[in-house]
Amino acid sequence: MYKYDNYDHKIVNERVEQFRDQTKRYLAGEIADEEFLPLRLQNGLYVQRLAPMLRIAVPYGMLSSRQVRKLAHISRVYDKGYVHFTTRQNIQLNWPALEEVPDILAELAEVEMHAIQTSGNCIRNTTTDQFAGVAKDEIEDPRPWCEIIRQWSTLHPEFAFLPRKFKIAVCGSEEDRAAFLLHDIGLQLVKSDSGELGFEVFVGGGLGRTPVIGSSIRKFLPTKHLLSYLDAILRVYNRYGNRDNKYKARIKILVKAWTPEVFAQRVEAEWEHIKDGPSTLTESEFSRVKSFFSSPEYQEVNEAESSHALSEIATENTAFSRWLDRNTQLQKQVGYRSVTLSLKPAGVAPGDVTDKQLETIADLADQYAFGELRATHNQNVVLTDVIESDLFSLWQKARESGLATPNIGTINDMICCPGGDYCSLANAKSIPVAEAIQRKFSDLDYVYDLGDLELNISGCMNACGHHHIGHIGILGVDKKGKEWYQIQLGGSANKNASLGKVLGPSLSRDQITDGIEKLLDVYVENRIADESFLNTYQRIGIEKFKERVYAPST
Amino acid sequence: MPQVLKDNRLIDDSWTLLTEDSESLPSGDILLSYSQWQTFSDQLDSHDGSVGVIIEGNADIEDIIEPLLKLPLIAINFPKFADGRAFSSARLIRERYEYTGEIRAVGGFIRDQLYYLSRCGFNAFKFDDSVDLTEYAKSLQDFSEAYQVSVDQESPLFRRR
Repeated sequence: MYKYDNYDHKIVNERVEQFRDQTKRYLAGEIADEEFLPLRLQNGLYVQRLAPMLRIAVPYGMLSSRQVRKLAHISRVYDKGYVHFTTRQNIQLNWPALEEVPDILAELAEVEMHAIQTSGNCIRNTTTDQFAGVAKDEIEDPRPWCEIIRQWSTLHPEFAFLPRKFKIAVCGSEEDRAAFLLHDIGLQLVKSDSGELGFEVFVGGGLGRTPVIGSSIRKFLPTKHLLSYLDAILRVYNRYGNRDNKYKARIKILVKAWTPEVFAQRVEAEWEHIKDGPSTLTESEFSRVKSFFSSPEYQEVNEAESSHALSEIATENTAFSRWLDRNTQLQKQVGYRSVTLSLKPAGVAPGDVTDKQLETIADLADQYAFGELRATHNQNVVLTDVIESDLFSLWQKARESGLATPNIGTINDMICCPGGDYCSLANAKSIPVAEAIQRKFSDLDYVYDLGDLELNISGCMNACGHHHIGHIGILGVDKKGKEWYQIQLGGSANKNASLGKVLGPSLSRDQITDGIEKLLDVYVENRIADESFLNTYQRIGIEKFKERVYAPST
Repeated sequence: MPQVLKDNRLIDDSWTLLTEDSESLPSGDILLSYSQWQTFSDQLDSHDGSVGVIIEGNADIEDIIEPLLKLPLIAINFPKFADGRAFSSARLIRERYEYTGEIRAVGGFIRDQLYYLSRCGFNAFKFDDSVDLTEYAKSLQDFSEAYQVSVDQESPLFRRR
């Protein structure tokens, strides 16, 4: 993965000192609350319902074992001994003290980490596919581009006070695992007919109150023009985005108001002025960055022997076999797999891990995965490049630490925001709903029979739990001080992204698990052969689901 | 005399801000709003001092900037500090219109924006007279290196590594 040089270290260290001084002046009463607000937000610091919350950047989800050990240490010393993996591949601490945040940032800087621009109205962490570099359907590894974007966006002087937050995702494969159509800018790596590498550029996607799927504004952007084109988009947005109403301030609103065609023209006109300038990427810079994402030294593996050995163990051990099916994935490198460590055992807030578990994860990464791991937007952790002959011993160790729940891609692998238990924006709790669903659907045979099913829960319409793109989405709403839950069906974040449709009136907390069960019954009764929940829904429509859920009880 | 932070130094501020209801021009260096500048246009040629104009951070630069480029000072007003449009305005005035005079930040901007402002082409900063400008000036030096191209750095870091 990318390694800092002296320049990177210097910039991040100076950022720590800048924030240390700002915090000191704030505590001394020299900076007003409203002026300190964006300063702390752009260093990841929120003030939440119970305590401050610090969001640490994990650029495009990549972490080293050394960084994970540091996070374990930080969570122990400065927090309550656990951290939370977010839906933007970042990590949150729920209980840091404001006075200690500069020290936390200094500790992070030691391991080439920071919290820069993890919040606030600025360019946020760039995200990508958790299987970058190993996915079978990959066109090109997106990570060097993510790193180039990280550097360009870090402390960009012109775009630190945008109308609203700004998120970029890069997709380097056929299948979309980065939900890039639901970002302010989504970049799809493509090859031209002549084999030249470029991006198709999408703008104006996003979730939140007004979910929108991004529109293509340029079919092919040669990669060397990436930064000047991003500058052009951001400049148009910075100048013309709505600043009067924060709910109308995302770029999607501007793109909609102007139409994607007009927006594209404005960007192209701006770009004409700055294209081919010094920001044009050089071949040497690309090679430099790319060299950090080179493949590890793979061993020659005999495919037939390896898979035979694996299936022998699996035949004898059902628990391992289930895990192998659900939690591992083939790579383009023969004989190697990517392993998803589940952070969703029943009874734990989805995405939460303890300091001890973090240390186990770091050990597993060192032992089996060349010392690297990835945070996923589904709030799990992925170890890539695990040789198949190591899978059984990895599984045994992961299981001892509660990291091997075989539920990846199932209804129990839900995306869930922190909700009303932590977040001051939430209308309703989300974690207890997730837990109730996991407890209700604890029969693994039943869960596997349901197959791939994405269930996403948000505690409010800001949609941090991505409820719009769950096959089943649950949205917490507040009705006269009581928590209610709206159900949406048919959302999807893949290439043919779609937004969920509201099923009907909200359900109470007591009704929600029964409601979900009825939805699943309708699916099981109506599916044809191996049809997934999403496909069945798309074929039969919402009515049957609606009738069942709202039928008077008999 | 009031002071202004300009080109990294504290200097006496010779500019008089024209009040909203002024009916005539005071002598010396004067700073006018864009509409005042239009109102008094026929008197400005014979004025005994320099003339500068304040534009709003959200102004459509392309529509108004040409005649202002010959002035020694263009000030950009921040309605509030979180309104980041002025950052783009300043860069455009410097980079696209190649303006070399003074670009002065006025209005609601804050000390902790100084570094970014200077990178975007602002070279003068007018704060309330009560603040300690020497202390404030330190924020101009928050960083000694940056990744991006900007007004103060024509070459991105990747071309200098």
